[in-house]
Amino acid sequence: MRNTVINCLMERARIDDRIFLVTPDVGFSVLEKFRCEFPDRFLNVGIAEQNAIGVAAGLALSGYIPYVYSMVPFVTMRCFEQVRIDVAYMKTNVRLLGLGAGLTYGPQGASHHSIEDIAIMRALPNMTVCCPGDPIEARELIGQSYDYEGPIYFRLGKNNEPVIHPEGTEVRIGKAVRVAEGADLALITTSNMLEQGMRWVGDWANEGLQATLLSMPTIKPFDHGAVLELIENGIPIITLEEHNIIGGLGSVVAEVIAESGKGVKFKRIAIPDAYVHDVGSQKFLRGIFHIDSFDVLSFIRRGI
Amino acid sequence: MKHYSYSSHAGTCLSIADILYLLYFKVLNIDPADPKKVDRDKFILSKAHGSAALYATLAERGFFPKDHLDKFYIDGGVLPGHLAIDSVPGIEISAGSLGHGLSIGVGMAVANRRSQNPGRIYVLLGDGECNEGSVWEAVMLASTLQLANLTAIVDYNKLQSFGRTNEVINQKNMADRWRCFGWETYEVDGHNIDELDNIFQLKQAGPKVVIAHTIKGKGVSFMEDRLEWHYKSPNDEQYLQAIKELDEAQ
Repeated sequence: MRNTVINCLMERARIDDRIFLVTPDVGFSVLEKFRCEFPDRFLNVGIAEQNAIGVAAGLALSGYIPYVYSMVPFVTMRCFEQVRIDVAYMKTNVRLLGLGAGLTYGPQGASHHSIEDIAIMRALPNMTVCCPGDPIEARELIGQSYDYEGPIYFRLGKNNEPVIHPEGTEVRIGKAVRVAEGADLALITTSNMLEQGMRWVGDWANEGLQATLLSMPTIKPFDHGAVLELIENGIPIITLEEHNIIGGLGSVVAEVIAESGKGVKFKRIAIPDAYVHDVGSQKFLRGIFHIDSFDVLSFIRRGI
Repeated sequence: MKHYSYSSHAGTCLSIADILYLLYFKVLNIDPADPKKVDRDKFILSKAHGSAALYATLAERGFFPKDHLDKFYIDGGVLPGHLAIDSVPGIEISAGSLGHGLSIGVGMAVANRRSQNPGRIYVLLGDGECNEGSVWEAVMLASTLQLANLTAIVDYNKLQSFGRTNEVINQKNMADRWRCFGWETYEVDGHNIDELDNIFQLKQAGPKVVIAHTIKGKGVSFMEDRLEWHYKSPNDEQYLQAIKELDEAQ
């Protein structure tokens, strides 16, 4: 996914002089080609994330469109106040490229995981929050970022994410992507859980359950209409995300359900408000947190 | 403004007033009729709690009507206590949290250099603000990049919000610190307009810093070098006394 994004930026930078890449000393084996082709629109500010955001805001106030590239914790939490004032409050056209959605950096430990980022970034007024689920979503969302007004946070994976959507799939900022249709229940995923969502929906079909699958590549602005349509039709809803259960996709959908005036069976599958204290890969840690399996039949029968 | 709005930070406004006057009336290439002109010099007040001094200077220079100065820090006002970019013409950044302005200034300086824009960037920081680590992140990058279109000014009034600056964090070697990080460093009496001007006019090959020795509350006998004027607003009697002293000094 990160290579997809950088390739898109390079393609655009050839025809758009505003594109600028800023990094707090991250990007080995990924950013060299950008630096080589656009040396005066690439800036490594050193290991100084607060400065990276401030510098990017200064570039944006001068007409450039800076993309700040680092791991999620280091473009959001380490420099959160710069993001709040210099980017969100001033509504500068800064784009934050955060690598390592959720538990992507598995055995590196909790310092490198991102389980709070959706919650804190969506709480910022003016901030758009994009969480692409595959390289197609990433490419399409980045493509819309060049002429988009205001700041955007991109929650990206790392590398070798599978392509889920067929070429030509319509992906728009603020819109759900409809992946499968079914009337028995609906699964809504965001970010890197799309792949597992696809698998589950296939498994459920084998058990005789036809599920709608929605991918939510944008958490803010959120596609309320897509969820309201499910509620309207009385379809049970499950949300699936590699993020803390507090403040992420599940919380957003819960807000929509709560204010709809109608009830549907609803289940949030997410990290249960805990940091990782085990060592292991992303796949292993998903197992620790029980977000890799779900008893769908029990949910349909009893709503839990 | 501080009097009618019962607001704080009068002391800091007086310590930077001379510097602002010099910048806005002699140094900066700006046009109040075209406040966004592309090749303008940009001034960033990183210690944004000194906003009232900047508003007064901008109004005097013609950026917006002087009656806006009666709409500071009050219900339905125009001018917030800390800076907001969309409040009035001439405000270059939103600010209020210390340690942000120099980074933004570095970004603007990088942008202008690449775009071959002759506009220069000036950033005014507080001495207490130099406690913030992010200031030094920006200091180190600016000298690495040899940004010759960037000038910082440190309002070295030796008082910060809860103590004497050099007792809270010892920065007696303020000039040495900037010099060590590769800045062209000058020390000057921050209330001496001619000396300040001479230093601003000096050509530079990299980033320049002016350590301006100032007096918090300058010009008002009962405010000078007194910590409480970081917080207090003058009552009726104090207000009249302060205005009298400032008028007599002119």
